[in-house]
Amino acid sequence: MSTSKQIAFSRRSFLKTSALASGGMLIGFNLFNACKQDVKMPIDLSQLNYNDFNAFIKISEEGKVTIFAPNPEIGQGVKTSMPMLIAEELDVLWDDVYVVQAPLDTENYTRQLAGGSQSLRQGWEPLRQTGATAKQMLVNAAAARWGIEASECTAKQGVITNPNGETLGYGDVVLEAAQLEVPEEVTLKDPKDFTIIGQKTANVDIDKIVTGKPLFGLDYKEEGMVYACVLRPPAFGQVLDTYDETAAKAIPGVIDVITIGEKTRAHLEGDNRSWTAQISPSDKIVVIAKTTWDAIKGKKAIKAVWKQDSEAETTEFHDEQLMQILDGKKFRTRRKDGDVKKAFAQADKVLERTYESPFLPHNTMEPMNFFANVTPEKVHLVGPVQTPEDAAKTVSDMLGRDLKDIHVEMTRMGGGFGRRLYGDFVYEAAEISNKIKKPVKMVSTREDDMATGVYRPAIKYRIAASIKDGKITGYHLKEAAINGNMYGLIPNFFPAGAIANYQVDTANYKSNITTGAWRAPYTNFLASAEQSFFDELAEELGVDRVQLHMDLLENVKNNPEPKIEYSPERLQGVLKLAVEKSNWGKTSGEIYQGLAVYYCHNTHVAEVADVVMTNGVPVVKKVTCAVDCGIVVNPLGAMNQVKGGIIDGIGHTMYGELTFNNGEPQSNNFNTYQLIRMGQTPKVDVHFVKNDIAPTGLGEPTLPPVGGAVANAIYKATGQRLTKQPYMNNLQAEKVIG
Amino acid sequence: MPTFNLKINNQTHTVEADMDTPLLWVLRDQLDLPGTKYSCGIGQCGACNIHVDGNVMRSCLLQVSQAEGMNITTIEGLSKHGDHPVQEAWKAIDVPQCGYCQAGQIMTAAAFLEKNPNPTEVEIRNAMNGNICRCASYNSIEEAVKVAAEKMS
Ligand code: FES
Ligand code: FES
Repeated sequence: MSTSKQIAFSRRSFLKTSALASGGMLIGFNLFNACKQDVKMPIDLSQLNYNDFNAFIKISEEGKVTIFAPNPEIGQGVKTSMPMLIAEELDVLWDDVYVVQAPLDTENYTRQLAGGSQSLRQGWEPLRQTGATAKQMLVNAAAARWGIEASECTAKQGVITNPNGETLGYGDVVLEAAQLEVPEEVTLKDPKDFTIIGQKTANVDIDKIVTGKPLFGLDYKEEGMVYACVLRPPAFGQVLDTYDETAAKAIPGVIDVITIGEKTRAHLEGDNRSWTAQISPSDKIVVIAKTTWDAIKGKKAIKAVWKQDSEAETTEFHDEQLMQILDGKKFRTRRKDGDVKKAFAQADKVLERTYESPFLPHNTMEPMNFFANVTPEKVHLVGPVQTPEDAAKTVSDMLGRDLKDIHVEMTRMGGGFGRRLYGDFVYEAAEISNKIKKPVKMVSTREDDMATGVYRPAIKYRIAASIKDGKITGYHLKEAAINGNMYGLIPNFFPAGAIANYQVDTANYKSNITTGAWRAPYTNFLASAEQSFFDELAEELGVDRVQLHMDLLENVKNNPEPKIEYSPERLQGVLKLAVEKSNWGKTSGEIYQGLAVYYCHNTHVAEVADVVMTNGVPVVKKVTCAVDCGIVVNPLGAMNQVKGGIIDGIGHTMYGELTFNNGEPQSNNFNTYQLIRMGQTPKVDVHFVKNDIAPTGLGEPTLPPVGGAVANAIYKATGQRLTKQPYMNNLQAEKVIG
Repeated sequence: MPTFNLKINNQTHTVEADMDTPLLWVLRDQLDLPGTKYSCGIGQCGACNIHVDGNVMRSCLLQVSQAEGMNITTIEGLSKHGDHPVQEAWKAIDVPQCGYCQAGQIMTAAAFLEKNPNPTEVEIRNAMNGNICRCASYNSIEEAVKVAAEKMS
């Protein structure tokens, strides 16, 4: 892996260059898909067409590099790390690189989606190839000018040098380079020669963030724009019956009160229903006002009567349904190795536990909001959404407009965590503007945001393992989730491959509560449950927890299987590193340690939580984390992601819970829903495994295991095995204080 | 509608608004100062923090009618060139993730360090406890406050 790489591929399929009318060279390329053969490059920046290429690099005659990065930023740092990959292979000084959020008011656009920790992983090769190709063309141009072979020249930090020691800057040859053929083969750097990748690089928007510049959706404004607040059903299962808007209309800043909903409903019932359309079918009352505050006040003044349309569900009801599922036999089997039934029948002992987790709202700090301006010419949509392409398709279907009339512009996002994958707020904004024929900003209050969300569903796991002659012979995992959770790849995660008789079954209860992806979807609770279970299993077997995992991973190495996604070697590697760095097993008497080791979202992680008892309450003081995500592109950004994931994970594991009564969420703001604060935050000590493997994402994988590490540490501190989240609600105080 | 004279970032503005309008929305919607953020509207998160006569305050709880005659500073006015020691520390540590809460965090830290330039770790944690960061950048915030304290003391 440590030699430079020659790559030949049909470059025409993804990269084109042209000279800019305004000077400089423009390179258009496609990150995740190939472009059509016949597309033309623009000769001016105002004509950048993101339908043909989804990203552009401009090299000016001064040698400055501007990267127009279309990927939305939700806080995972891709707006910084992805351009770093281009700049590395282009070989320029990072200080000469400017990153511009692509101007998205375009004819159309292609894949722009933030989520799943995939952006960096998928961009790793194409982005470096793009940079390397551009560099090669510049070198070719310089060589032609000198009348020598390109191979005689070297290029470094924006300067090309010939054997006589003469130099030309990139800017000096851009115009010639732009006329050249795109080379068919380029050489990528040996990782040991990286000068940008692996360097601590600050977030490209940092200056704007610390000075309060408008960056976010909620900050976006246009001339003549009005504000809208939407009154939605207070409970799932309810729809609008009647309403009285007199008092709202009497408020001076209120312009109008309207209803929306028909268009969304038609979309929900139609054939083109989008997966992102997690939204109530009810009519909604919209207050249009001059300012946000007028709209908020107007909404409060509406008197609405709601009627029951479907089930009014409570948390107790969900608990019963999920328990019934676990006790029953109606499952879909996702993976089956050997014969668990037989293993259980022949076992010396079977250990069985049930783990429970509640609904969770996303609670992004910036509440849902969107700008829409629907005119006869076009539909202009601006704001924070992770799935712009889908939003455009849905709005086109809803409003019966041509897809090419829909323009979506993305802003920086005040957090995503999965919530902004669902476009309900975009559709509402579009429907409102379509009706009032004005530019409008739809703003959700915190209460709206929390109580009309798209939640991480409540999930219960039942895990059973059979023990025979001191060995684990069978493992049976059952999932019961509201609406749906696990998908096909998860059953191939650990301990698949490590235990001969292994089975994973899933089943759902279909609820009218809207649910969807939440940071580290599918595994955010699964890892907690399984890692707690393994801790108990080790105790039952009377073996060291670390040894148990090392041995199980050894089994996987001995029985390689193509479906297994994780690498047993890399899991063992992070486990060893975490054990070493955390002082595992060697801490003083007051520190209780818990361990978890996990693979998800393509990254391998091991975590050790240190818990101390303070006034009879367990407090997480420190978490040591070992991560194998391949090459660390930006250590600063990576560190932020890892620490954020861990602390976020602890917060939700300990305190997060949304309950329902008659369909109504029982929390709607931060006074009734606890998010972790600095005072409850442990110090996180992060260690990256050093290797030359292609990078994988970090936005998600450190979150799932931490709940298990914390539960295992709390067990040591209190003797209580916590199986139900949030843990702080389920700790028994008497036992603790004793 | 009544009018109010507000002194913000050393400039006087006259605005027309209902008495009960939180200063937050006047700043954001009427005065084009969107650096002050809305997140909870009930004083729980600190995203909307500003300085009023040097004290940190929740602009979502301060009515425009109460703000008259006071010296108000928002993130836009914390320093001329974005180089207040707290802002510098935030850049050096690269604190922000999504960035949405950070203006509020910076305003809290700046007012706190003005009064207590040599804080202990416990004092920092207490001072910052009113500001939520959903991205959980707390370790970095804590470190940045320490770095800023070194510069300010
Ligand atoms: S918006 Fe003012 S404290 Fe949250
Ligand atoms: S950085 Fe995202 S909320 Fe603090």
